[in-house]
Amino acid sequence: MSENLISVNNVSVNFDYQENFISKKQKIHAVNNINIKIKKGSFFGLVGESGSGKTTLGRAILGANKISSGNVIFHDDERDYDLTNINKQDLKEYRKKAQLIFQDPYAALSPRMTVRDIIAEPLEVMRITNSRQETDDRVRDIASKCRLNLEHLRRFPHAFSGGQRQRISIARALVSNPKFIVADESVAALDVSIQADILNLLKQLQNELNLTYLFISHDLSVVAHVCDIVAVMYLGHIVEMAPSRKLFKNPKHSYTKALLSSIPSIDPENKSRAIELKGEIPSALNPPSGCVFRTRCPNPCDNCRNGKTEMGLIEVEPEHWVDQCCANCS
Amino acid sequence: MSHLLEVKNLDVKFDTDEGRITAVENISLSLDQGKVLGIVGESGSGKSVTAKAIMQLNPGNTKYNDDAEIILDNENVLRFTSKDDLKKIRGGKVSMIFQEPMASFAPAIKIGAQMVEQLLIHKDINKNEAKEISINMLQRVGIADAEKRFNQYAFELSGGMRQRAMIAMALSTMPKLLLADEPTTALDVTIQAQVINLVKDIIQEYQMGVIFITHDLGVIAQIADDVAVMYLGSVVEKGPVNKILKNPKHPYTKGLLEALPDVNNLDAPLRPIPGNIPSPLDRPSGCVFRTRCPNPCDNCRNGNTEMGLIEVEPGHWVDQCCINCG
Repeated sequence: MSENLISVNNVSVNFDYQENFISKKQKIHAVNNINIKIKKGSFFGLVGESGSGKTTLGRAILGANKISSGNVIFHDDERDYDLTNINKQDLKEYRKKAQLIFQDPYAALSPRMTVRDIIAEPLEVMRITNSRQETDDRVRDIASKCRLNLEHLRRFPHAFSGGQRQRISIARALVSNPKFIVADESVAALDVSIQADILNLLKQLQNELNLTYLFISHDLSVVAHVCDIVAVMYLGHIVEMAPSRKLFKNPKHSYTKALLSSIPSIDPENKSRAIELKGEIPSALNPPSGCVFRTRCPNPCDNCRNGKTEMGLIEVEPEHWVDQCCANCS
Repeated sequence: MSHLLEVKNLDVKFDTDEGRITAVENISLSLDQGKVLGIVGESGSGKSVTAKAIMQLNPGNTKYNDDAEIILDNENVLRFTSKDDLKKIRGGKVSMIFQEPMASFAPAIKIGAQMVEQLLIHKDINKNEAKEISINMLQRVGIADAEKRFNQYAFELSGGMRQRAMIAMALSTMPKLLLADEPTTALDVTIQAQVINLVKDIIQEYQMGVIFITHDLGVIAQIADDVAVMYLGSVVEKGPVNKILKNPKHPYTKGLLEALPDVNNLDAPLRPIPGNIPSPLDRPSGCVFRTRCPNPCDNCRNGNTEMGLIEVEPGHWVDQCCINCG
């Protein structure tokens, strides 16, 4: 039995793009040659700016995006699921085991369904339960685990605050008893005190239900707190990957360093200015050749600047992986 | 010396179908030239309503109390009724930057045309001069190719670029007061750092007063001189940023700080503030924070206390309920 739950091997995701019907068809390279292993029971963090391909990778792992090359394997207890060429029947099985929690709790819940119906819907769609009684039991069980009052189940989403709504989305994702959860920016829309509450809830549920998370976020301080291992993405590539303590104590890649220095310090006397990255993330339609970060790198070497280097992670310390351009450059 | 802006005893109420809602109750703030006042609080605490009151941008069902004063440059803004007077504060002496830069630019009008339009309204200049000022301002906020951007639409710009253009537009009329309502919330950290540095540089250069609204205490620590912490329409603590963040007195401020993940201390548990912010429709009587206070005294619990700030140290004001309680 493998200790990994998910293996992502050389995965790339491309999208076709055509500006208008006479122009040339182009490819958007959203995710490039990604290799990650997600251990059972881990809290795997994925950080990066918008446009770096975090969500696309998360969706590819869930089988919601087509994978252009490479493969994703989900190691279940009895068997493996290969998501690249999965048949319909298996995909249905897989859906019960891998679920998604969305970013915006206001948009993710149907305003015309009661909370009970929202949470019960996955059970009904996936035909997991056999009777209404059984469905109700499962809904009540998961609702109380997610700290929702049973009287809430009869109400509609508009009656709830952002934090409560997010707990409803979590209950809906967990009701089918999944093993793997992708939480895509699940706390980004919440106030700090509610954010802390939801993060604690996710942690607690992880222990109770043996969950494995892929936690996608752009907020490094949140990721630092909850994740065991963190991968930093930039323009479709993973540029650094390490256990979170190592990464935050001793970042190696210049992009990670810049990201960390950009977190505003809570100490008013710490007026150190952030390492300012010039400009913005380039378009994925024509990414820079060679190292994709070179256009914003604070100190690129000559080879790098001319786009002659090749990207790829190397292990600089045990379990600490950095893109080789950066490791060689500085 | 008189303050650039002084808000005294302001109440803001809305008449709705469900009854009269108190959005802001009895708040007093002041701001000097060249300073940044940060306003923090959860959503629904009345931060934006306060800022909009200064520009008289709240909707028609808004009721202000009679003894409230918002004094900007020795004039009471709340007494303004004529269009000419209002024009002075809306875009003239006061400018505002909003959270969502995509929603605040008109989608079908070029950025440049929008910038020129507002300059022509507020300044006595012709179109060419207005264009020159606008392009200069775009360059000033760090937009490369300012002339090209001037002729583009908002959707052609990226998020960070749009926010810069928004700032350029707000600053082009040289306001004395800039209201920034969550200007960095929708941005990535790297872009947020750029915008914070930009705002700091601009304050240095133009010596305007800034009210910076955010729920991110880290941003406040880096940009503000003074902070006001708001909860359910009341200011519960205010003072210099150093004192508030290093030595908070009010349990709400303490709670906000404890809920914040700190990168330098990964072992600290995240402690959420228990309970939810009550609906403004059933505002607690007495101290508004009592429903979530970790250790309310008996008087407080029964809603028998009255709110009001007292000065615990020079410049550091805290709500009196909490001082008497804890």
